[in-house]
Amino acid sequence: MKFGVVVFPGSNCDDDMIHVLGTVMGQEVVKLWHKDTELAGFDTSDCIVLPGGFSYGDYLRSGALARFSPIMNAVIDFARSGGYVWGICNGFQVLCEAHLLPGALLRNDNQKFICKNVYLRTATRQSALTAKLDPEQALKIPIAHAEGRYYADERTLQQLQANEQILFQYCTAEGVISAEANPNGASLNIAGICNEGRNVFGMMPHPERASEAVLGNTDGRLLFESLLATVGQEVPS
Amino acid sequence: MKFIAEIDVMPHKELLDPQGKTVANNMKNLHLAGIEDVRIGKHIKMTLDAASEAEATEKVETACKKLLANVIMETYSFSVKQA
Repeated sequence: MKFGVVVFPGSNCDDDMIHVLGTVMGQEVVKLWHKDTELAGFDTSDCIVLPGGFSYGDYLRSGALARFSPIMNAVIDFARSGGYVWGICNGFQVLCEAHLLPGALLRNDNQKFICKNVYLRTATRQSALTAKLDPEQALKIPIAHAEGRYYADERTLQQLQANEQILFQYCTAEGVISAEANPNGASLNIAGICNEGRNVFGMMPHPERASEAVLGNTDGRLLFESLLATVGQEVPS
Repeated sequence: MKFIAEIDVMPHKELLDPQGKTVANNMKNLHLAGIEDVRIGKHIKMTLDAASEAEATEKVETACKKLLANVIMETYSFSVKQA
């Protein structure tokens, strides 16, 4: 599995992601410029990452302009052919704008930019990203966003539940999914979802900021380990 | 021919608009009575070239649907007139 991290103007978590994938997890990873029109050298066993940040300054709507960057046609084709695509924070917003994931991310209900550690429960193990995670464990992973309130209409939310497309839900440190544990007003406490094909993942929390002991938190690393182990890639100890 | 489109994009009625709510809550500081609700959206003014008003309308409709509004969370309306 090879990784490509797309850099949009205004992305700012691209280097963190490349550091974790390359240096910490020992994987082959390349930067992809948003003006590229194809994903040369990638096949559907690989993973394209849309990193966090403020693509196009969040102008108009978060992710709306990046969705029409030249590389996105190739990313959409890649996802539709079954390749892995993983969007984090602004990357999640871009994937929703591109309709690779259902729903949208609205302004946080408290109208604030929230940057803090939150806790997540794994809602399903039916995805490469979550297959090796413990559904009972509350993972501590930071969020940093102003537009992270996941919203979809009732019918879509029911489909997400029926198809087990909800990957992560905000919970308390004890693992209780409650209104108090919901930092932004997201429907059903949703922090991350996947598409019906289970190859496109989107999440607001930043696992790449919680993957090294020196940073005081390694819960995020479990997601990288799950993805790699599930696709049969060697996981460094 | 040049046309000017005036486009309004608003959050769906049933969705919480925290920005509008915060502004509404602060109206009391202006000592204005009777303000019941505030909803905040965007107004977009676009100048475009088209052969006819119908063509201009079609272009604006496409721009709204594809980019200017996200119909999952917003509604849009617009008017087109010759510049």
